[in-house]
Amino acid sequence: MKFNLRLITKTIPLGLLFTALMGCNPSADDSVLTEGIVYCSEGAPSSFNPQLITDGTTIDATSKQLYNRLIDFNNTNLQRIPALAKSWHVTRNGKLITFYLRRDVSFHQTEYFTPTRTMNADDVIFSFNRILDTQNPFYQSVDGNFPFFQSVNFHELVDSIEKIDDYTVRFKLNRADSTFLSNLATPFAVILSKQYAEQLLADSDPQALSQLDSLPIGTGPFKFKQYRNNSFIRYSRHDDYWRRDVEIEKLIYNITPNNTGRLTKLLTHECDVISFPIAADEIKSRPDLVLEEVTSFNVAFFAFNAQKPPFDNPSVRKAIAHAVNKEAIMTAVYGEQAEIAESLLPKASWAFSDEVTTFDYSVEKAKTLLANAGLSEGFSFDIWAIPVQRDYNPNALKMAKLIKSDLEAIGVEVNIITWEWNTFLRKLAKGEHQSVLIGWTADHPDPDNFFSPLLSCSAMETGRNRAFWCNEKFDQLLAKAYITNDISERKKLYLQAQNILVEQMPLLPIAHSKRAQAKVAGINGDILAAFGGINFENVSKTVGEN
Amino acid sequence: MLTFTLRRLNLLFFTLLMLTVVSFSLSYLFPGEVITNLSGQKSPSAEQLEQLNSLYQMDSSVFHQYFAYLGQLFNGNFGISMSSQVPVSSELLTYLPSTIELCITALFIAMFIGVPLGFVAAILHNKPADKAILAFAMIGYSIPAFWLALILILIFSITLSWLPSSGQLNLLFEIEHVTGFKFIDILLSDNVDKMSAFKDAVSHIILPAMTVALAPMTLFIRLARTSMLDVLDSNYIKAAKAKGLSQSAIIYHHGIRNSLVNIIRQMGLYFANLVTIAMIVEVIFDWQGAGSWLIDSIYQRDYTAIQGGLIALAIFTFVINIFADFIYAALNPLERNRKHGA
Repeated sequence: MKFNLRLITKTIPLGLLFTALMGCNPSADDSVLTEGIVYCSEGAPSSFNPQLITDGTTIDATSKQLYNRLIDFNNTNLQRIPALAKSWHVTRNGKLITFYLRRDVSFHQTEYFTPTRTMNADDVIFSFNRILDTQNPFYQSVDGNFPFFQSVNFHELVDSIEKIDDYTVRFKLNRADSTFLSNLATPFAVILSKQYAEQLLADSDPQALSQLDSLPIGTGPFKFKQYRNNSFIRYSRHDDYWRRDVEIEKLIYNITPNNTGRLTKLLTHECDVISFPIAADEIKSRPDLVLEEVTSFNVAFFAFNAQKPPFDNPSVRKAIAHAVNKEAIMTAVYGEQAEIAESLLPKASWAFSDEVTTFDYSVEKAKTLLANAGLSEGFSFDIWAIPVQRDYNPNALKMAKLIKSDLEAIGVEVNIITWEWNTFLRKLAKGEHQSVLIGWTADHPDPDNFFSPLLSCSAMETGRNRAFWCNEKFDQLLAKAYITNDISERKKLYLQAQNILVEQMPLLPIAHSKRAQAKVAGINGDILAAFGGINFENVSKTVGEN
Repeated sequence: MLTFTLRRLNLLFFTLLMLTVVSFSLSYLFPGEVITNLSGQKSPSAEQLEQLNSLYQMDSSVFHQYFAYLGQLFNGNFGISMSSQVPVSSELLTYLPSTIELCITALFIAMFIGVPLGFVAAILHNKPADKAILAFAMIGYSIPAFWLALILILIFSITLSWLPSSGQLNLLFEIEHVTGFKFIDILLSDNVDKMSAFKDAVSHIILPAMTVALAPMTLFIRLARTSMLDVLDSNYIKAAKAKGLSQSAIIYHHGIRNSLVNIIRQMGLYFANLVTIAMIVEVIFDWQGAGSWLIDSIYQRDYTAIQGGLIALAIFTFVINIFADFIYAALNPLERNRKHGA
């Protein structure tokens, strides 16, 4: 047993030299690194099919990258524009809506699916029947869980979907609905491939059905390549994309939940674009980075679970709401990158009215209300704070701590609780919380999108009504506003609805924030949109000086 | 040698047995249903539940259940992860190689820098160089890994932009997962420029490996120094000197060889520490290894993954330990005759 000492003594300096040399040579001039974009996202998607979810992280990761919808919103004035449907026609009574489809739309070709035909009426009918038809195997494979569509009562609204010819589809509605077209333009209403579904049905393994939602096939600008749980998603370009030639060849989602981690990766250019940046001033001060902002339709709120005591009593909810100092939250949590929410509706919405009853910060009123409710000696409850950064709430934990200290002033004790994001959403939907700090990003500009999905009785069944609060009068007002086409009439109805919310206080609106993202200079194109998720379709990368 | 081998294997066997007892009892100690904790099936259908119950013999005594569990482990069935619903064994196969890669790289860095420095210190005993090396060792030993990691990122990634701050490889390189060892996978891949991918992987491993390496490196410095001092003080060295061998020949032929024997043994013992440091470093550097995966599982209360990860990391540490013992025994005949394993 002999050591070859010479060899060892020679390798040491060589090894050191090698390492040192490598260190000085960041491999930036390789073509591999310039043909793709790395986007550092704040969380992992919970599915690859937006029909099944409502959280923004999943929308950002899937909807506009993998899929298309029949209709889109244009980015500047939020008008509806044609997408997979090149035009549509609504009958005078508003109950028959006919879509004329494009003929040149091809589906993704991947290792697991090769399409033999382009998109046609069958695909559109399949995509929506999957949601409506309880006998459809793909309805059953997800136990009929389509939270967005359930919350807008899609199955009661749509009577049937009819194929007129290969490229014409007619929706028959049970009643006129002013938000129907907008709902079809939301990031949830994506078009899937029927042919792919048939291929999965033919598979003998019953587990194969779930692949429709985990190994996605769509018509969007990118196709799915690989996903490693909680780590990264790999997309590659869809070469036959119908709308335009996509410039970037690869799109990578590097999942980085840590805020400082994302900032570091941006500073070192390991990420080309990051979501929800912190340290805005630092980013602005560097010439190689760009900070972008868009005013988004969102709201952060503090919801009380009205099913659980003591919050089954409206006075207690109001007392707590009176004791929350929103001004302090604005400075400490948002760094003034948001405005105080007077109501659930942002001021930019056409339905917002100055006449809405506002709710002031008053410790005295809070104490009186508590005393009236017989809780003058105080009580303790749990606040659930979301564990991830969302555009509407950059730091829910900090917000929870501020509220905790606010509530100490009225003798109420708060326990702050948090879970990993997917677990959090699951437990929240079951109503296991007492109160929660969460929020909502609108999917389309219609004001209904701020009320029905959040506080209607049907949203309570799907667990998206975080307050688990159901009010008949409120629901009737929403339903009335829903079918009316007269804008001033709708505005009046929504004002009444908002006043009920102030009276009942199922949730306290806190802030409307701006959504920000930061990117390396040299990434061109609009990624952020005012509504729905981000979009990499028209993004390009020019190689800088690194 | 045979007895020695048997003794070591015996030790390995019983330690692992104890470990499985602990891991099995965790299923009872964690909150929730025992069968859920064992299998990871969050909401099994009645049919699945029956199947699982018979698989883990839930109707029999705890003793039988334990052996059923052991049987599943030997078949490579660690249950499925509660959070991702993927078999824990396949997750381990994905993540463990990265950890091994990081640990071994760090160990080599620590040895190749630490041991020679220690020898230099011993040879220049009580001279300024010795003092300086000892001081470096003391400081290095006192620096916590997480702090060092952040400082290295601040200097080399953010300020100088020489090295990346996270990951194992730029994600734009599409390397197929074959062995899980990034360097081997790069060499096996055929769709990318291997040289630039390899360079990229090297630049990614430097900072985390240096961070993990620092603590063991300082330990090796002190070990090598003490060991060399002992050897230089021994009678056979004096005899060699008396025979008229030059100082360099003595150190080359007798000093280094004899003192290395002791270091190899310590290396094995220190490996468990190194894995612990690696777990923290993996989280900071976003290294997709078993350590960060395990810490993630703890956050998500993924009990099956915690049990599986515990067993896998423990086996890895034991195997390295025993491996080091064998090398030591091969080098040092005295050890082979010792009656009891340590």
